[in-house]
Amino acid sequence: MELLGLYHYWVFAILLMIGFYAVIAKRNLVKKLIGLSIFQAAVFLLYITMGKVDGGTAPIFSGDGATVFSNPLPQVLILTAIVVGISTTALGLGIVVRIKEEYGSIEEHEIQEIDKR
Amino acid sequence: MSAQSTILLALLLPLAGAAGIALAGRVNANLREAVTLLTAGALAVTVWSLVPGIMAGDRPGVTVTELMPGVELAFRVEPLGMLFAALASGLWIVNSLYSIGYMRGNNEKHQTRFYVMFAVSLAATMGVAFAGNLVTLFLFYEMLTLSTYPLVSHKGDANTVRSARVYLGILLTTSIGLFLPAIIWTYTVAGSGDFVPGGILAGHVEGPAIGLLLGLFVFGVGKAAVMPVHRWLPAAMVAPTPVSALLHAVAVVKAGVFTITKVIVYIFGVDFLFAAPSSGWLLYAAAFTIIAASVVALRQQNLKRLLAYSTIAQLSYVVMAAAILKPLAEIGAAIHMVAHAFGKITLFFAAGAIYVAAKKTEIGQLKGIGRRMPITMTAFTIGALSMIGVPPTGGFVSKWYILAGAFQDDNYVALATIILSTVLNAAYFLPIIYMAWFMREEEAPARPHGEAPWPAVLALAITALLTIAFFFFHGATLELERQVVENLS
Amino acid sequence: MNGLAQHLPALQVVVPMLVAPLVILLRPRGLAWAACAAASVLAFAIAIQLVLGVLNGGPITYLMGSWPAPYGIELRVDSLSALLLLVVTGASVTALVSGRDSLDTQIEAGRQPYFYAAWLLALAGLSGIVVTADAFNIFVFMEISSLASYVLIAGGPDRRALPSVFKYLIMGTIGATFYLIGIGLIYMMTGTLNLADMEFRIHEVADQRPILAAAGFITVGLALKAAIFPLHVWLPNAYTYAPHIVTAFLAACSTKVSLYVLLRFDFFVFQENLAGHAFQFAAYLMPLAILGILVGSAVAMFETNIKRLLAFSSVAQIGYMMLGASLVTVAGLTAGIVHIFNHALAKGTLFLAVASFATVAAGLRLDDLRGIARRMPWTFGAFVVAGLSLIGIPGTAGFVSKWYLISAAMEFGASGLPLVAIILVSSLMAVVYVWRIVEAACFAEAPEQPTSAPKVSPVLVAVTWLAALANLYFGIVTELPLSLSGDAATELLDHLP
Repeated sequence: MELLGLYHYWVFAILLMIGFYAVIAKRNLVKKLIGLSIFQAAVFLLYITMGKVDGGTAPIFSGDGATVFSNPLPQVLILTAIVVGISTTALGLGIVVRIKEEYGSIEEHEIQEIDKR
Repeated sequence: MSAQSTILLALLLPLAGAAGIALAGRVNANLREAVTLLTAGALAVTVWSLVPGIMAGDRPGVTVTELMPGVELAFRVEPLGMLFAALASGLWIVNSLYSIGYMRGNNEKHQTRFYVMFAVSLAATMGVAFAGNLVTLFLFYEMLTLSTYPLVSHKGDANTVRSARVYLGILLTTSIGLFLPAIIWTYTVAGSGDFVPGGILAGHVEGPAIGLLLGLFVFGVGKAAVMPVHRWLPAAMVAPTPVSALLHAVAVVKAGVFTITKVIVYIFGVDFLFAAPSSGWLLYAAAFTIIAASVVALRQQNLKRLLAYSTIAQLSYVVMAAAILKPLAEIGAAIHMVAHAFGKITLFFAAGAIYVAAKKTEIGQLKGIGRRMPITMTAFTIGALSMIGVPPTGGFVSKWYILAGAFQDDNYVALATIILSTVLNAAYFLPIIYMAWFMREEEAPARPHGEAPWPAVLALAITALLTIAFFFFHGATLELERQVVENLS
Repeated sequence: MNGLAQHLPALQVVVPMLVAPLVILLRPRGLAWAACAAASVLAFAIAIQLVLGVLNGGPITYLMGSWPAPYGIELRVDSLSALLLLVVTGASVTALVSGRDSLDTQIEAGRQPYFYAAWLLALAGLSGIVVTADAFNIFVFMEISSLASYVLIAGGPDRRALPSVFKYLIMGTIGATFYLIGIGLIYMMTGTLNLADMEFRIHEVADQRPILAAAGFITVGLALKAAIFPLHVWLPNAYTYAPHIVTAFLAACSTKVSLYVLLRFDFFVFQENLAGHAFQFAAYLMPLAILGILVGSAVAMFETNIKRLLAFSSVAQIGYMMLGASLVTVAGLTAGIVHIFNHALAKGTLFLAVASFATVAAGLRLDDLRGIARRMPWTFGAFVVAGLSLIGIPGTAGFVSKWYLISAAMEFGASGLPLVAIILVSSLMAVVYVWRIVEAACFAEAPEQPTSAPKVSPVLVAVTWLAALANLYFGIVTELPLSLSGDAATELLDHLP
């Protein structure tokens, strides 16, 4: 069953859309950032699942005779991407804190109102 | 000094002069005027030194640099350009004299800026005159537009700024929107934009494309004021009169008709264009401009605006003569450039002198002014007669050649246009002359006045004499132009 | 090349990256700026060396840690990279050297070390994107430079920068993540992340659909970063409220680098391998480029805040670059690439001049700038020169790009005419929005003056004039940018079938 066998792509797509929706539709800045994190997490899942080899074990030589390993490269890539994601979220939250200090609100529409005055 | 260095010197001299004027302006006004006159004199000497070589058949040129592959910044002096440069540089001296009288007499502000930008504009004019290919010409053409903007907007009040906006708007719109694509089109099909006797487009453009390309050039060169891209000329009349005199009777407008003539002769080639049926519209467009502008001039009450519309009509004489595409007419076109320059500059000088001395701008106010300002009004009369084409003024000579060219070609449209426009010219100039000399003043002016300050009067006297002198001594000009058309059928 | 010289491509990134953390330690006032400027100058020198190397000897490759490609990360500097390096490092040096006083005024003293560290990280990131030949490495450097840019933009005194930079962060991260999805899909199908290897292996992939999807994701992601219409909405506010010198730096180079990545992917990786991709590339991107040009210019004509006016003008100029690229001919690509260089010159000068104006005028709306030509004639003169370059007046660098673009469009004969018309109309729109500023500055009555007007930094004025003169210089002596662009265009097209 092709469709069920590709379930990891479905998970990726659904998470991607949930995250994307949150980023666009939510007006609270923190919620947008949460959506962004979900969005990025979906991509992480894509990479990690693409590295899995059927019957493969963790890609570490441990002397127990295993010959089939999962692909380590996507895991490495995604570690880097996770770090990037964390930095982005941290920076984003820092900006939200500053916005709260300056504007007194973290709702997008309220900030726009204040700026219009 | 080699001809190459002379060409470059002709460009650098006014620019250096501009810097010098700016510096001198900080010291005192007299030093500044001295620098201006010195620069103008030096430029005239430099430019005129090239004339004997050109008469002998030399065509010196110098390539400065390659802007892009296949596109060079290069200069080449040929008779038409020589004529233009000699005219502009010579008249700059007279105009500087006039400016001194006018600007001081009117107590104008920002005089240093005025003289500086004037010098820069002359540098641009020399660049246009000596350009060896389309891109070089375009570069200096745009430089001329930009450097004259501060001159046109000199007064700085709201009305002036608005008119200056029209000036810049029309000139830049036509040059960027029509002239530039025409140039690139030429480079694309012909591989270069060099000015070559006989033209470079033969064999590269055919059929209606010829007419279209010609149209892009004619209307793209907005400085030639062919209708409907003529509105900038009356708008530019908000400038101080010395600006109107030199730039809009001599440098800017002549750059326009000079460019069109050069494009017709050296890019298209007169014979090529004559054989192309799609180019016939140019004659009618020019004829229409002549008549329409003359009719509008009839209805003008403001003296400078009347002169502006007269200029538009006179410019299209040059375009129409060039469009007849026969040697005699081409000669007439070139001679008219000179004759009109002398006559129009005199008229503008006179108008400015009247403004400085009597603060009068409208025609109706000029009753009896001949008695108070006899020298000025004599000059005005001479200039007006030159516009109409009455001997012994220069205007008669050029009209003669244009008529001869039209006759040679059995071109009845051109003949009819010239006759009708002569009548119209008379219709709007003669009443002014009559009013000035033969009618009484309506009311005595608040402060009795005589002539304008002497530098201004001297200047207009010189140009009036030049107008008459041209009638008798136009041989050199004729010779130069014969060289342009000598290879044509 | 011996000794240090052979490591130049790596050093281009390493030098600013290593100096960045050191800068944080430099508390004494002015020292942070000095270290940052010194690192920038060094980076510029390295860039010049690399340019000379490429002009004389062709592309320069470098293997990080001597790991052979495609296992290791390969750095590759060819003509296109060299040109971009010049633009990036040149913009950084110019902005830093001239902007000390302006930045001192706008950034709090306590935050300056962090600010300058972020500047160097941004420089490292942008340089990294340009020298690397590994797709994931591009992602990493892209995010490094973006994060650092967010810090730079938010560093100024205007609180409106904060929501603007938040929007930029969200959109930029989405863009980068789309890019990541794209290269993930490619990796899945080809097993490699090295650009050259990708180009080779993509032939052998049986099922082209994931590659198509990857192309889509990568294009959209990079379009977000490059501010291609309609994904440009983050740009105007981010540029307007950032500190003025930051705007001068970013406007000159940050979006162009993403454009560079787009060109690399589309011409090196995808063109050869997707049936009809050449047409698809042009068909999708040309209309967007045209809309960007027209909408950007149109909005700029009515904008009253000078910085936002220039930002929308940038959107239009990026449209010119995309238009040239989407023509997929040597002339078109040369036009687009040389405009990267020429636009950086023009916009950089304009924003530096604005930084000067900001020290004297009460604000940056057209009303606040009334009469400023009289008070600051030199700066205003430089502004006019750069404005003329933006319009494309002959004699300026902008004219060269316009000439090439119009010639490239004319090569298509009658079907190129609408493009020519669009280019000319938008040039006239540029005349309008530049001249509005000129008129306000020259003719209007100056507003009331405060009794003590702050002095303008002479260094800023001098550097602004140098930049303005560069516009004129590269409009006449065009050999350097044109040869680099021409070579880059030929190389890009060589990768087409």
